[in-house]
Amino acid sequence: MPQVFKRPVSLKDVPTHFCPGCQHGTIHRLVAEAMDEFGVRERTIGVASVGCSVFLYGYFDVDVVEAPHGRAPAVATGVKRARPDSFVFTYQGDGDLAAIGTAEIIHAANRGEDITVIFVNNTTYGMTGGQMAPTTMVGQKTSTSPYGRDRAKDGSPIRMAELLAQLGGVAFSARVAVNTPKNLMDAKKQIMNAFRYQVEGKGFSFIEALSTCPTAWGVTPIQANERIGGELIEYFPLGVYKDTAQWKPRIAPPAPVEQPGARAFPEFMNEI
Amino acid sequence: MSQRLFVKGNEAVAMAAIEAGCRYYFGYPITPQSDIPEYLSRELPKLNGEFIQAESEVGAINMLLGASATGVRAMTSSSSPGISLKQEGISYMAGSELPGVIVNISRSGPGLGGIDASQADYWQSVKGGGHGGYHIVVLAPASVQEMYDLTMLAFDLADIYRTPVMVLADSVVGQMKEALVPNPRPVTILPEKAWRVRGRREGTEQMIVKSLFLGDGELEAHNWKLHGKYDVMKENECRQELFMADDAQLVIAAFGSVARIAKTAILMARDAGMKVGLLRPITLFPFPTKAFQEVTLRCKKILDIELNNGQMVDDVRLSVARDAEVYFYGRPPGAGSLPVPEELFEQIKKHY
Amino acid sequence: MKYDLFIAGFGGQGVLLAGNLLSYAAIIEEKNVSFLPAYGVEKRGGAAMCTVVIADGEVGSPVIGRPSTCVYLNQTSLERYGAKVKDGGVAIINSSLVDDSSWDRDDLEIIRIPMNRIAMELGDPRMVNMVAAGAYAAKTGAVALESLEQALKSVLPERNHRFIPANVQAIRAGAAAVGR
Repeated sequence: MPQVFKRPVSLKDVPTHFCPGCQHGTIHRLVAEAMDEFGVRERTIGVASVGCSVFLYGYFDVDVVEAPHGRAPAVATGVKRARPDSFVFTYQGDGDLAAIGTAEIIHAANRGEDITVIFVNNTTYGMTGGQMAPTTMVGQKTSTSPYGRDRAKDGSPIRMAELLAQLGGVAFSARVAVNTPKNLMDAKKQIMNAFRYQVEGKGFSFIEALSTCPTAWGVTPIQANERIGGELIEYFPLGVYKDTAQWKPRIAPPAPVEQPGARAFPEFMNEI
Repeated sequence: MSQRLFVKGNEAVAMAAIEAGCRYYFGYPITPQSDIPEYLSRELPKLNGEFIQAESEVGAINMLLGASATGVRAMTSSSSPGISLKQEGISYMAGSELPGVIVNISRSGPGLGGIDASQADYWQSVKGGGHGGYHIVVLAPASVQEMYDLTMLAFDLADIYRTPVMVLADSVVGQMKEALVPNPRPVTILPEKAWRVRGRREGTEQMIVKSLFLGDGELEAHNWKLHGKYDVMKENECRQELFMADDAQLVIAAFGSVARIAKTAILMARDAGMKVGLLRPITLFPFPTKAFQEVTLRCKKILDIELNNGQMVDDVRLSVARDAEVYFYGRPPGAGSLPVPEELFEQIKKHY
Repeated sequence: MKYDLFIAGFGGQGVLLAGNLLSYAAIIEEKNVSFLPAYGVEKRGGAAMCTVVIADGEVGSPVIGRPSTCVYLNQTSLERYGAKVKDGGVAIINSSLVDDSSWDRDDLEIIRIPMNRIAMELGDPRMVNMVAAGAYAAKTGAVALESLEQALKSVLPERNHRFIPANVQAIRAGAAAVGR
């Protein structure tokens, strides 16, 4: 009988530490499948961040460098520049990427570093016990917003996929979810698209994946999944925010700077 | 004799980095060290290297961390306020046992302070400027030639001990021009970087560069290992210069720029018939404890001089023979506070 | 032998270039030398100073409290740093811009040279620094005039090499002015 389903070889044969109903495991799997399909596992260097995603090396069967909180895009920059033949991805949560690491993600993206960033947005700091994140919804109660996030005091949740799409160095930016089979299939497709940009050496690609955190949200896994399909997707719409293969620049790209040993920047490296 | 160049201390650092095989530089502009990134931004592209002006010092040190994890020689440079920002990354590099060279052309503080020469970063450099109780090797050049030679040595020590190494100088040594003999990279037997990440090819084991150790007893064992390395460094890597110390009745302890100023004061004292010498630590960590013990077996007076309110003097006091007296003279750094030889000569007369 | 020199003026007078030139001449003569610049915070037109130490043996301190020779290119430098010259030392003054009639040092050998006028007569007022360097070398013998002239090639950027003959003239004029 033909085998129709198996563990991706890029994923280790171990149970994860993730809570019941958490979607990190699903997202890990999709990333590993994409790695298998592009055949890049043997030249992949993952950059782990701080938070629930810190055990990247425990689940992915690839070489891994651990970065300080928020700094994964800078670490990945160093890795990729030193080893341009490697496939480099970061896997970061919302506190890591959208709060403490905002400078690093924006500038790595703006430089058009040839890396892929997987950004898991579950609207909370899961590992530290459910504190308010930059993506926490207005009104959402967390352990540090016991009355609910107050827009007047705490600002609004940050939409990273849209924000990064504005930057000249970003080749691909999309938001996905894995709450339904249809969304999951689409998430896989977009992760493949993001990987393709790096495999072809065409610049920075970004995936924002909405994810559940039933433990911190204080709900059942099913309720958590429903929240994704309702409140979260309404505020964080799914879709592709930039895909330079389908995109025509408004102004002509400037001529490349003449210098010794120049890096070949993809043509899209210009302002929107 | 090979060619003698006439260059700035900062340029000598950049030249040595290239000679040492460093092809990756990550930094952020700050006075008084910008000659280093300016030089490397011009030269590294010609050598197929990479120069990145990072978004911040935090970005730069983490790019260094990433590049170093792949096994290449890489560096960053900054000045005091920027070095404060790098401390997080330095702690992670120390914890992850990553080599890397960090140059601090230090300036006066605290806070924004000023841009004048300073030795007020001694504590921060040698006592572990970040969290977690680690050390890094700290080298303190006192001339343009040493800026070159010690930068080259920094890369070797970093690779041998798998540790960040700091070159700590100030604007006197950084901005000063002197003759430089650009020696070729010495032949050193270096360990293979078997720990580097490279992509997990068939038949190779998974490489993980990390500083997180959560298993029972794991972190303690890791810390014992790190501190075991520090003990080996203390045994093998102490470097110092002795100047006219053999017959000295008073020995000055000073490092970097201040040691240079002290040398002229010592010659003034010798002209006046006073037997004064110098013990200049070249490695600030590991601190040349034995050299201080040996000198104070015979000479019982040490005058420690620093461009700060007294930092290295702590280590001097811990190192000297029990019956030696340690005096201190220092000035906090800032515009106009750099001591002149005549001033140090007065201090010598006071304590001789 | 050991020579120490302090040069002060305002930015644009070529203070640092003069210091560099003297230092490079010492390098050519296989001596040891340190050149330590200092600036005001202004990017243009502020104070500019440098200390040069030339020695057969070890240089020692690149910082000198009381240099044996000071060169003052403008009035402010003299007012601010007039006390710096070592007792019994030498002061070389740009008398085109500096009036030292109210200076209260009577222990010094003061050499007054109208550097701006000399430079102007040679065709370019920017050569004040060359006149000063020539005067210092001639007065102290720290470096030979030939070494200074040879050093021009290394110190001036390639594009300014066409000015070398004029600069050589200025160095010689400065040296000659010492004897007058």
